[in-house]
Order: sequence, then structure tokens, then C-alpha cells
Amino acid sequence: MLHIVNKSPFENQTLDSCLRVVGNVQGAALLLTEDAVFAATKGSIIEGKIKTAMSTIKVYALWPDVEARGMQDRVIEGIKMVDYGGFVDLVAEHSNCQSWL
Amino acid sequence: MATIDVNGKNYETDEEGYLLNLGEWNEEVGAYLAVEEKVEMTPSHWEVVNFLREYYNDYQIAPAIRVLTKAIGKKLGPEKGNSKYLYELFPYGPAKQACKIAGLPKPTGCI
Amino acid sequence: MGEEMTEATGGIDFEDEDASGVIKKFMFVNRKAPYGTIYALEALEVVLISAAFDQDVSLAFLDDGVYQLVKGQHTKAIDVKNFSPTYRALEGYDIEKLYVEKESLEQRGLTEADLLVDVEVMSSADIAKMMAEQDVVISF
Repeated sequence: MLHIVNKSPFENQTLDSCLRVVGNVQGAALLLTEDAVFAATKGSIIEGKIKTAMSTIKVYALWPDVEARGMQDRVIEGIKMVDYGGFVDLVAEHSNCQSWL
Repeated sequence: MATIDVNGKNYETDEEGYLLNLGEWNEEVGAYLAVEEKVEMTPSHWEVVNFLREYYNDYQIAPAIRVLTKAIGKKLGPEKGNSKYLYELFPYGPAKQACKIAGLPKPTGCI
Repeated sequence: MGEEMTEATGGIDFEDEDASGVIKKFMFVNRKAPYGTIYALEALEVVLISAAFDQDVSLAFLDDGVYQLVKGQHTKAIDVKNFSPTYRALEGYDIEKLYVEKESLEQRGLTEADLLVDVEVMSSADIAKMMAEQDVVISF
């Protein structure tokens, strides 16, 4: 199952909620978009949380949003970048999808 | 928006004739709306109308027809809890006509 | 279906589609408190409409979504419709699968006894499992 988070982890608990529920579910995938891409960056207080999740679930970030925010050189290794086409592919290849609004 | 005049008092309705403020409803308004719907009210009609008002009071929605028939069957017996009975009373649809006469908004689930 | 549904579906006859007999699992995920935003009410309306299509519908309440089900809501003074009684109507619509995440309740100092409908309280892990089983997940 694909999970999408689009809120900054520094002003919203959405990412926490998502990881609480699916952070250790085998086969789950997380796509970070919009302000949630800040969760994909090195050196923040969120990094540990994301890395822990990455040991079980796949984590992706939407490259146009990463780049737009100047975060391209700070991305945590192992987080896969996808463009809009890749976003569509992720949605299509998973059986269903939850947007953590 | 439109208004109806019942015994010299004005009541606001939506463009389909549903009473806007259900708190304003009384039996005279119900009877007036029934005439507009060309429904001749009998005790059986009032029973359904009152049932709907009670349902709305409990749940804050007008029930979908399937839910209404089931709930009426439970409360008033199976001979009344079927769509045939309700359509005989309200030929243009119990959800539409009975809800309107009861002063309720159009049922949710009516797409 | 048939005659009964004709009105509820605005005169459209869905019988042909129904004949295919495909029942999908739909889960509506509620994560917002009522009144502060329109999400909770919108979700409830969509859920009620979904009942007309005879699908396998469930509701999950997580995070602030659990506040939707709290007893004792009185909205008169904020001049907003109190739609909390409508959750009790869901049973009559044959929507009986209401799942509430235990962790969300606990974080907010709530228990099952504070809720106005019968629900199934389950762990985050079980919610995740339920969610993954759905054909369609609709988020609010």
C-alpha cells in the first residue's frame, strides 16, 4: 500500500501519524510530497525517524518539490527520487493508496 | 429562495419547495405542503410524516428510502415497512413527498 | 434494489451494474476534528451516499478524527449543525464497521466509553492491516 504525506514534519503531526500506523508494515511505501519533502533531508531532527522507517518501508520523495525548495543536495541516502511520471507509476503499482491529509 | 404563505404567516422554502427552517414547521404548514404535493392526508400519512420528524430529531438527517422502509417496518410493523405501502401513500416518492410535508430537507443519499 | 432504489438514485436504475455483483471494500479514513474544518461533515455525507451502492463500507477514525465520535457535542452557540447524532444512524444504513485507533484515543485521554456509537477499538498495526486490505481508501 502507498502512503502519501504532504505536510512539513516541523509544523504538522501527519508524518508521525502515518509512521505510527504503517512505519513497520512490510511492503508499505511512503511518498513525501510538497512540504513533506523536508522530512527527506539530512541533519534534521526528523532524520532518525525516517531512517528507522526506511529499514522496513520504502521511502520516496517527489523530486520537483525537493528541487523547488533547494533541498536537492541534502537528501538522505536511500530515499528514492521520483518525478511526476514516477508518482503516477507508484500509485499504479500499489493496490491502494492513503493520503494523510 | 421562495416563500409560502400559511394562515397569514410567511415561511421560507428552497427552490424545490422544501421548508428552509424546520423549526418553523407545524401541522398547518404540513397540511399546506401536502396540498401543494396533491396528497390527501389521512392518519396513515400523518403517521409516516411524524415518524420522519422523529427520525430527523434523533439523527439529524432525512433517511434514504431504503432506510426509511426498514425503520418503519421495525417500529410500525412489516405491513407498513415496505415501499409498496409508502408509495401508495406518497405516489411521487415517500422520500421526496413525505419529507417535504414533514418540513425536512431532501434526504441525504438522494443523488 | 430495483423499485426501492429508483428514488434514492434519482431515477437512475443501477440494476445492470449490480448484476455484475462486484462488491468492493471501501474505507473512509477520518482524521480531522469536527467543526474546525469541513472534512468530517463532508466525509459523513459521502459515507451516507455510498450506502446506496451496496458496497462493503467501513470507517476508520484516527488522530483528531476520534473527536467526531465524542458524546455530548452541543453546537448551538457556534451556530453550526451538530451532526454527531448522524453517526448513530449509520447502523440503519447497514454501515456497521467503525474502527477507532486505540493510540489516538489514548493520546487524547479518551476511552471507548466516551464515544456515542459502538466501535471496534484496534491497534495502529491492526488499522494498517485493515487499510491494506481495502480496494479503495478515501481520506478525509
